[in-house]
Amino acid sequence: MRMGPISRAGAIAMLAMLVLASPRCPAQIPGSAALPESAFSIPQAQLLQPEELNRLLQAKGAEKPLVLQVGSHVLFAEAHIQGSEYVGPGSQPAGLQQLQQRVVSLSRKSFIVLYCGCCPWNHCPNIAPAYWQLQNLGFTRVKVLYLANNFGDDWVSKGYPVERGR
Amino acid sequence: MLLAGLFCGLCLGMFVARTAFAADSLLHKPAPAFVREDLNHKKLALASFRGKVVLLNFWATWCAPCQLEMPRFVAWQNQYGPRGLQVIGISMDDDPAPVRALCAKLKLNFPVAMGDEKIGGLYGGILGLPVTYLIDAKGAIRAEYRGQVDLNAIEAQMKMLLPKP
Repeated sequence: MRMGPISRAGAIAMLAMLVLASPRCPAQIPGSAALPESAFSIPQAQLLQPEELNRLLQAKGAEKPLVLQVGSHVLFAEAHIQGSEYVGPGSQPAGLQQLQQRVVSLSRKSFIVLYCGCCPWNHCPNIAPAYWQLQNLGFTRVKVLYLANNFGDDWVSKGYPVERGR
Repeated sequence: MLLAGLFCGLCLGMFVARTAFAADSLLHKPAPAFVREDLNHKKLALASFRGKVVLLNFWATWCAPCQLEMPRFVAWQNQYGPRGLQVIGISMDDDPAPVRALCAKLKLNFPVAMGDEKIGGLYGGILGLPVTYLIDAKGAIRAEYRGQVDLNAIEAQMKMLLPKP
């Protein structure tokens, strides 16, 4: 069956809407490209081990990163890295917008560390979208705290500094 | 008989699983009391389940490993409920709307209440999910499981706490 130009355009538009509305792409700001969801999409070179970040935060005179938690607000309120801020969740458009608003006025060369720790690394729905959001915004010095199991196991129980509250 | 008893004791001891915060472990201590409203606006008081074995599960809609556990919890509630098991879910989501939706989708057959940092702190810090406690009929925590665990191990421990059929 031959389709006229208007019918073809309508079909393409409908297909585009279906793709954008797909529940497979929840971490997305309208109008932007879908962000990778797997934590394994983050390059190894951008990962920071907990002991490395702790050393960095404790070191006198060292450049301190802006540390942002992009996971659960309830878990953030229970305990978070001392000095970190909540801007999540990375798996939701509203969380990504919050992240964008936090960094929009910063130099693209700002040293930023993202973390989550809601659940095991291979299942984290928040960290990758947040990381790639910052990449898309042009930030060139973004590291991600590698929490293999969760924030409790890999940071708190190691005795690294935490704060509580929202 | 003595060997069987020793074996059972060994099994119970083995089911400590991973506890993330040794200093805050609640193992063998009374389960911290709480009173919440469940998603159906009914009072949910842990103390009201004294006499039953309680499986207290902290979870969230964004936690994939948590969702993998849920069908087993539903099955256990059906199978072991008559023997005195009560599953209780505490969601650590920020908002109840997605929780309600997922509870309906998964057809959860046990009460679910919203958690927060207060109840998380009571239970030693819920700083990663899932977390599951087994509480015996006298209200003592007999096992705690943090992170992805072997559900068969939880089931085996649970069966040991329940009265024989």
